[in-house]
Amino acid sequence: MLEVKNLKAHIDTPDGVVKAVDGVSFIIKPGETVGIVGESGSGKSVLAHSIMQLNPKPPTFYPQGEILFEGRNLLQLQEKELRKIRGNDIAMIFQDPMSSLNPVFKVGEQLMEAILTHHHMPKSKAKQRAIELLKDVGIPDPEKRMNAYPHQFSGGMRQRVLIAIALACNPKILIADEPTTALDVTIQAQILELMKNIQEKYGMAIIIISHDLGVIAQMAEKVLVMYSGRIVEKGNVEDIFFHTSMPYTWSLLRSLPRIDSESRERLLNIEGQPPNLIHPPSGCNFHPRCPFATEQCKLIDPELTKRSSNHFVACLLSEVEFKEAKRLMENVEQEGDLKHV
Amino acid sequence: MLRRKRNLIPFVFLILLFLATMTATWWLPVSPSFMDSSLRLMAPSAEYWFGTDHFGRDIFGQTIIAARVSLLVGFTVAALSTIMGTITGLIAGYYKKLDSIIMRIIDGMLAFPSLLLALALVAALGGSVTNIIIALTFSFWPVMTRVVRSSVLQVKNIQYVEAAKTSGIKDPVILSRYILPNVMSPIIVQGTFIFARSILAEAALSFLGVGVEPSIPTWGNMLQEAQIYITTAPWFSIFSGIFIVVTVLALNILGDGLRDAFDPYAKGKKKVKKQMFKQRKQYAS
Repeated sequence: MLEVKNLKAHIDTPDGVVKAVDGVSFIIKPGETVGIVGESGSGKSVLAHSIMQLNPKPPTFYPQGEILFEGRNLLQLQEKELRKIRGNDIAMIFQDPMSSLNPVFKVGEQLMEAILTHHHMPKSKAKQRAIELLKDVGIPDPEKRMNAYPHQFSGGMRQRVLIAIALACNPKILIADEPTTALDVTIQAQILELMKNIQEKYGMAIIIISHDLGVIAQMAEKVLVMYSGRIVEKGNVEDIFFHTSMPYTWSLLRSLPRIDSESRERLLNIEGQPPNLIHPPSGCNFHPRCPFATEQCKLIDPELTKRSSNHFVACLLSEVEFKEAKRLMENVEQEGDLKHV
Repeated sequence: MLRRKRNLIPFVFLILLFLATMTATWWLPVSPSFMDSSLRLMAPSAEYWFGTDHFGRDIFGQTIIAARVSLLVGFTVAALSTIMGTITGLIAGYYKKLDSIIMRIIDGMLAFPSLLLALALVAALGGSVTNIIIALTFSFWPVMTRVVRSSVLQVKNIQYVEAAKTSGIKDPVILSRYILPNVMSPIIVQGTFIFARSILAEAALSFLGVGVEPSIPTWGNMLQEAQIYITTAPWFSIFSGIFIVVTVLALNILGDGLRDAFDPYAKGKKKVKKQMFKQRKQYAS
């Protein structure tokens, strides 16, 4: 349904061209949930905004690639046609629910506006639909809450309202850009649960963007791992979490505390800074921070290659080599820890 | 906002001034244009509260009548430059491409001191109330544009504007329903200040002799006529001067009050204080 082909989104800045998204390809099928992970500055949000065509142009430009939505290239559509797609076919929810609602209008009015933008119907009918939507996203007493202003809602409730607005026109794809980052943990779980239920009911595809691997593991069927504007590993959730084959993904996983871990592994941080996207490093973009980097990694830029039916990895190390390297490193660490004790 | 005494007094003053000047012809005992050369330059008395001028006219009546032109010019200029400035400011702030074009024109206009620009325009158009309004609107409108544009630049980056775009809402709707209501407070405050400043500017232009025709009483015209009598008959100039000062002051205080009323933090503080006070009382009892 949505196919991104070798997309490049570059941003012109006074210091040079930032290659925020640099050759990304993936396909989203109806009803599927795709997670995009990566650290800050890896190009996740620019990618999401590219699909919506909301990056300001200039300074953003698209030197290459296509975003095909139902056969139409979104990069070449007129603003007028894009507006018909935004909200109606592809909807988006944002990171910060506190500032995503217009403070001067009632929640109900904003919800009705979203409905009436794409569908011509009498106001009373739109109101009914709005109340239904609020009920669907779990807002108690929706008739009454229609007349409340955004500041009378809590963060979690506002995110529910935003989801309701996104659902207003029954979109085919819902892009959730870090939907739970600004919420506290118990509310996060509720919102994720809600998104799952909504997906079952409405049957749309979800693109969930997060730096939180926990969120991704809970929600996504397919995962794209992004690093410096590129996809470095993609596959099903099991592939990514249990057959990790890219040192960057592995480092990300190692940087999380695990409740089920038997050995008291130390949490690892990834040394160094994300690469400069104006002058990316030679060879593999990750090599300056990669614990397994070899001389070759400085020279050769690995392509995304197939490891199993759905699992693609961009790394020079083969699966066997990577496993061996991991084992060696873990042994060294354990010895180090023992000495430390 | 009017609950505070500081804002109520200037508001009542302006309303009274407006009513007084509009109904002046009915209640003034002596017509302000009635001349009596035997009563030239009389000091203030029970009959002539503010004294008389060099034609023997009642200065009190003149001062009250003169408020008509001042308030008319002030209000019209404030309204016109607010409307024009809001439209150009919204466009300049929202559309990046038009921004540089509009703002360079506005900057060019701002480069002239506003009074000088008005002076030049009136000199070219000829002095009349309409021309003064046009001239002053042109010199204050750029100020409003700048204020609106800078507020729009702030608001348009807040996420709800982006969220509105993602739900496919059209630009005119975004501008009128998402951006304009959220930049209303600086617009109203700036509008009040333009009201005050254009009253001053009109007085200055009339004083310089390029304003309203001398036959129409305005505070500026009166000051200009009184100039040569300032040592012999100070009351002639003092009272119109006082009225200018007080009116402008009232408008400025009102503008300040409006600004405070629109500032959510200032309002919040007061409420919080009240609540804290209540709680303390409860604990005590």
